[in-house]
Amino acid sequence: MATMNMIQALNSALDVMMERDGDVVSFGEDAGYFGGVFRVTANLQKKYGLDRSFDAPINEAAIVAMAIGMAARGLKPVAEIQFADYIFPGLDQIVSELSRLRYRTAGTFTAPVVIRTPCGGGIRGGQTHSMSPEAFFTHIPGVQVMMPSNPYDAKGMLISAIESPDPVIFFEPKRLYNGPFDGHSGGALSSWGKHPKGEVPEGHYTVPIGKADVVREGNAVTIVTYGTLVLVAQAAAEKAGVDAEVIDLRTLVPYDIETIARSVNKTGRCIVAQEAPRTSGFAAELAAQIQEECFYALEAPIQRVTGWDTPYPHAHEWSYFPGPERFINAMNAVLEA
Amino acid sequence: MAQDEPRFHVPAPHVRPGDTPDFSHLDLQAAGEAPRPDPSVAGMETRDLALGLIGVLDHNHQAVGDWDPKLQPDVLREGLRHMMLTRAYDDRMLKLQRQGKMSFYMKSTGEEAVAVAGAMALDKGDMVFPSYRQQGILFARGRNIVDMMCHCISNSRDNLKGRQLPVHYTWAEGNFFSISGNLATQFPQAVGYAMACQYKGDKQIAASWIGEGSTAEGDFHGALVLASTYKAPVILNVVNNQWAISTFQGIAAGQSPSFALKGIGYGLASLRVDGNDFLAVYAATQWAAERARAGHGATVIETYTYRADAHSTSDDPSGYRPRGENEIWPLGDPIARLKNHLIGLGEWDEARHTALEKEQNELVIASYKEAESHGTLHDGPLSPVNSIFEDVYAEQDWRLRRQRQDLGV
Repeated sequence: MATMNMIQALNSALDVMMERDGDVVSFGEDAGYFGGVFRVTANLQKKYGLDRSFDAPINEAAIVAMAIGMAARGLKPVAEIQFADYIFPGLDQIVSELSRLRYRTAGTFTAPVVIRTPCGGGIRGGQTHSMSPEAFFTHIPGVQVMMPSNPYDAKGMLISAIESPDPVIFFEPKRLYNGPFDGHSGGALSSWGKHPKGEVPEGHYTVPIGKADVVREGNAVTIVTYGTLVLVAQAAAEKAGVDAEVIDLRTLVPYDIETIARSVNKTGRCIVAQEAPRTSGFAAELAAQIQEECFYALEAPIQRVTGWDTPYPHAHEWSYFPGPERFINAMNAVLEA
Repeated sequence: MAQDEPRFHVPAPHVRPGDTPDFSHLDLQAAGEAPRPDPSVAGMETRDLALGLIGVLDHNHQAVGDWDPKLQPDVLREGLRHMMLTRAYDDRMLKLQRQGKMSFYMKSTGEEAVAVAGAMALDKGDMVFPSYRQQGILFARGRNIVDMMCHCISNSRDNLKGRQLPVHYTWAEGNFFSISGNLATQFPQAVGYAMACQYKGDKQIAASWIGEGSTAEGDFHGALVLASTYKAPVILNVVNNQWAISTFQGIAAGQSPSFALKGIGYGLASLRVDGNDFLAVYAATQWAAERARAGHGATVIETYTYRADAHSTSDDPSGYRPRGENEIWPLGDPIARLKNHLIGLGEWDEARHTALEKEQNELVIASYKEAESHGTLHDGPLSPVNSIFEDVYAEQDWRLRRQRQDLGV
């Protein structure tokens, strides 16, 4: 076991897979020689050569399309989109092409592409470097959507994504790249080295697609979330002294309804949380499905903790971010009901 | 009230419905005039070829100039046969659509040489990424006509399980990629595919086709950037058939005098070719394929042609262009030109031509009868209903399993 932050863990996943499988290639804007603006692809070009880890022109549609073409010819491309906020020029290639190739060809052509992209706020990124656009991608039949919350999962999930026969949009919450985050903006950056999930095996292992993780057991309320908010929810429950069960979804599509339903049927209370704006967010899908599954076990309306229906502000970033106070308010509301 | 003069420039065609068809404004280089450089030439050196017009068949139907591919009569007859069958098939399918036998159809009339000569000049192992008007490739590669029809009528034998609009073919065994319908998306995909061919160390290349109207899409430019940056073994064909549904080519061309010229800005070898000249399309494709296979990179080929019929069965061209334009198109008809060339060589005659037409029409009619025996969109049988939940992913997750059960299948 080694201690890794999330960047090192993701880099290790790519390294392990490129070592094992000569068809795995990695590319993106600044992702070749320099190793990516967040350094996730560092040293891969040096180790595996120019044709396996290379710089791409600034054209997200072309990056996704190139990956589709390569995958159709048997490669396993891992394309980096530098910020999730920049993914939209590539959206047509994802929605109309990548997601449907297996379907529209009745399985005769497939494109097992992984698109990695850093998402989320908390790094003073302003409106163009802070988005959590995962909900858009959960609305596209044919793609899988994943978002890890710690280095151990990040590596095992990325390896699963690369090995999957179907495309994966892999969101990396960049606030967690260098250390865990409890949602208190003023606090010093802590280190993944002191967190149990910062212990990461150096070799190959997988965290399966579609399996959630109960990261905190409890009986009073279930909090279902993913990415940065997994850690914020845990910290908020500790601070409030609430016996909350926190579920880290890890895979959004297809999400693990069994684990969620088991927990909500036990606690009878539920909060769904996302960093993205509230309206039509993924939390809305979770709330709808949970009430279908668990209506007669629910003792209170499901609460949502989300960002606001505004763009991500720069100066008032921490008024936007759904921090511990908002979780505590939601826990109070759902427990008092 | 409309302004007398528009306040900004909006290009317009020379003639509109009610006007006399007229192409006298076109200044087209004569067959045989364009020089043929070595396929290893630097891309920038092809600028004059991007502005000119590569042609082989002259007004007397003789093959002239450096670009003459000097094909054997058998190959010429094969090309003629594929183009004629493409047309016979299109004509029959249009009639069947009008009879309500299928939801939609798109003909390639007048553009048969673009697809057939392009496909014949490639290896059968090369992957093609067509748009929706290159059905000629399927004939050139020998696809079963009954299978094509079963797709178009979405019946129980449709290899795409009824998921695609008619003419949006896929044929993996024939190295024919899936036709999207979203314009230009296949162009940058073809570049990625070509790069993967190089990565795998084989001599396979990729070729793609889009219409001139689609060059306005970002994916056209993305494809050219990728092809140039990575020197990919790909042929990027722009089929300039003058019309994007009702929109004339000038709306996409703007002030650019040719679509091939756009490739020069990316440093790519770029050729403009008489798209109704089977020999010219063949020769240009052969040149580009040789260039790609030798590692000299991509070629942009503008095939200059004319969409002789409607965009699709949902379109009526009399609303935006004069009737009869196709009859005076200065580059003529690709089938008539190759036929006359073969007759001039003493390798073909009217009687054989008429007999072949009859034979092909009968084949098409018989093929449809057989296709219909496997069902039609209207009366079935179709692919099983539960197939709508298949192939979304390699395996059905709980959502799809439940939804399939909700539908009761």
